[in-house]
Amino acid sequence: MVGKGLNKKERKGATVTEPAWVRSLLIAIALAFLALFLLLPLAAVFSQALEKGWEAYLAALKEPDTISAIRLTLITAAVCVPLNLFFGIVAAWAIAKFSFPGKSFLITLIDLPFSVSPVVSGLIYVLIFGLQGWLGPWLQAHDIKIIFAVPGIILATIFVTFPFIARELIPLMESQGREEEEAALTLGANGLQTFFRVTFPNIKWGILYGVILCNARAMGEFGAVSVVSGHVRGSTNTIPLQVEILYNEYSYAAAFAVASLLALLALVTLAVKTVAEWKMQQTITAAETER
Amino acid sequence: MSIEIEAVSKSFGTFAALKDVSLKVPSGELVALLGPSGSGKTSLLRIIAGLESPDSGRILFDGEEATKRQVQERQVGFVFQHYALFRHMTVFENIAFGLTVKPKKSRPGKQEIRDKVHNLLKLIQLENLADRYPAQLSGGQRQRVALARALAVEPQVLLLDEPFGALDAKVRLELRRWLRRLHDEIHVTSVFVTHDQEEALEVADRIVVMNQGRIEQEGTPSEVYDRPATPFVYDFLGSVNLFHGRVHEGTAQMAGINLSSPENASANDAPAIGYVRSHDIAIGRESADGAIRAEVRYLLSVGPLVRVDLALSCSDRTIEAELPRDEADRLQLQVGEQVYARPRKMRVFVEDYQI
Repeated sequence: MVGKGLNKKERKGATVTEPAWVRSLLIAIALAFLALFLLLPLAAVFSQALEKGWEAYLAALKEPDTISAIRLTLITAAVCVPLNLFFGIVAAWAIAKFSFPGKSFLITLIDLPFSVSPVVSGLIYVLIFGLQGWLGPWLQAHDIKIIFAVPGIILATIFVTFPFIARELIPLMESQGREEEEAALTLGANGLQTFFRVTFPNIKWGILYGVILCNARAMGEFGAVSVVSGHVRGSTNTIPLQVEILYNEYSYAAAFAVASLLALLALVTLAVKTVAEWKMQQTITAAETER
Repeated sequence: MSIEIEAVSKSFGTFAALKDVSLKVPSGELVALLGPSGSGKTSLLRIIAGLESPDSGRILFDGEEATKRQVQERQVGFVFQHYALFRHMTVFENIAFGLTVKPKKSRPGKQEIRDKVHNLLKLIQLENLADRYPAQLSGGQRQRVALARALAVEPQVLLLDEPFGALDAKVRLELRRWLRRLHDEIHVTSVFVTHDQEEALEVADRIVVMNQGRIEQEGTPSEVYDRPATPFVYDFLGSVNLFHGRVHEGTAQMAGINLSSPENASANDAPAIGYVRSHDIAIGRESADGAIRAEVRYLLSVGPLVRVDLALSCSDRTIEAELPRDEADRLQLQVGEQVYARPRKMRVFVEDYQI
């Protein structure tokens, strides 16, 4: 790679540098690709959503079914993200700071939701909790509804978003080693003091990064939720499902208006992610220079 | 506080880090655990601290069983090789940490903490760096902060894991002398781990030489250096030459010369190895009793010493001698010249004592 500080003459002398036209061509292809597949659709979402003007846009969002979908999505995220935050920190802590038999198996398990199709993840829950499923008869006898109800949506979302926080924290915590925690222990700190005063400040940007990704996926998840939700209007539809329904009913402007909420969420996520990534890189570099 | 280690063993998987180690550290002493990497010295230190638990054996503090005590209850100060300072805290906050995590009942007041930290900053001569972050300090400064942090909680025992290992040569020298003076002032029982024999010889009251999970020898620096108990200790402390020969009823025959070896009086024509330190070889031009004919192969000045490689005439082996500069100047040695090398002191071990 060519360093920033090199002047033109040195750059010419470097044997690994490609000719100028090759470089510009590569950059142009990359930019064109990005514009075609990322920027254009994003622009399309907003232009379609606002096609019939602001009033129609706001009216589409005020639709009772849509409001119910937004509420359900927020509830799902509000339950899933804290739970996955807790599980993620616990799993990352165990993996990064201790060695125990079955550690690599645990890492594989954490990655499982990434490698399984979301539809399959949803089906798993139908097979377990559905009427024909293993626990179905028992659940029905006790009048507990999981499938085609909010608990099922939450379970499926937790499963799909489980790896985000743990996956973010494991490499970060591994890069920092466990000497600081050991130092805190020898100085008389108990487990909680060690976590909140030593470990947490070192991983807070990683946690934010994981939370924001986890949240984006929890709100945007379609496949798994679609299988377990049952599409009951005004009660078990999340934002992505609502978008699909509106689209299938040919109310394009309304569909895009609701979709624009998810697009906005994506933009916010991107901004926060960039800051968190930058801050995290700083802490990793600091950890490495200290070694 | 005195530390007793009774028959401690520890394995990591199939690797036996410590094999039945017993050791007593008297109160107020500064003891070095010296050995090559993998000798178990760091494991022993971490077991004393409570950061690892032994597979078998006991740890006693002042005669009281402490094997099951938690790290937090042991009142040990631990200094890590890579400092392990809290990177998001200032120097002041780092040093104060141990005081601020105390339970409310025993936690000192804010002013008291501030006074204490400032006294420690004075002790480590970093008074004006209280508001810096660890990343803004040099290696030597960081290690001093780590020491102050460990001392802030007034530990009964100070444990240091290769405290100077990550520093460059000059800082290392300064800091270890500073540590020695500090220990003379505060007299807290201290154990430090090192693989640097010079460091151990210079700083410690007692040295414990370790190898392959066992203690080879323990004693004062001069005991360990002048009377090594095993071939390993001879080899590990200082540069040494080996002679192969035989020993019979207290007399060793090596490289054509006879030497008395009273500690092997009962040996009966046994194969033996003789150890001679490089600075225990005298070089002369005249043939003398107990001197071996040799040719000068190579001369190298290393600071105040001159290293001479000598090829023995009676075999194809070379030995290494170290002369003070003025003696080398007086002799005016030339490469290729024939000289006589006389071991002033040789320690003979019967061969089954192999390293």
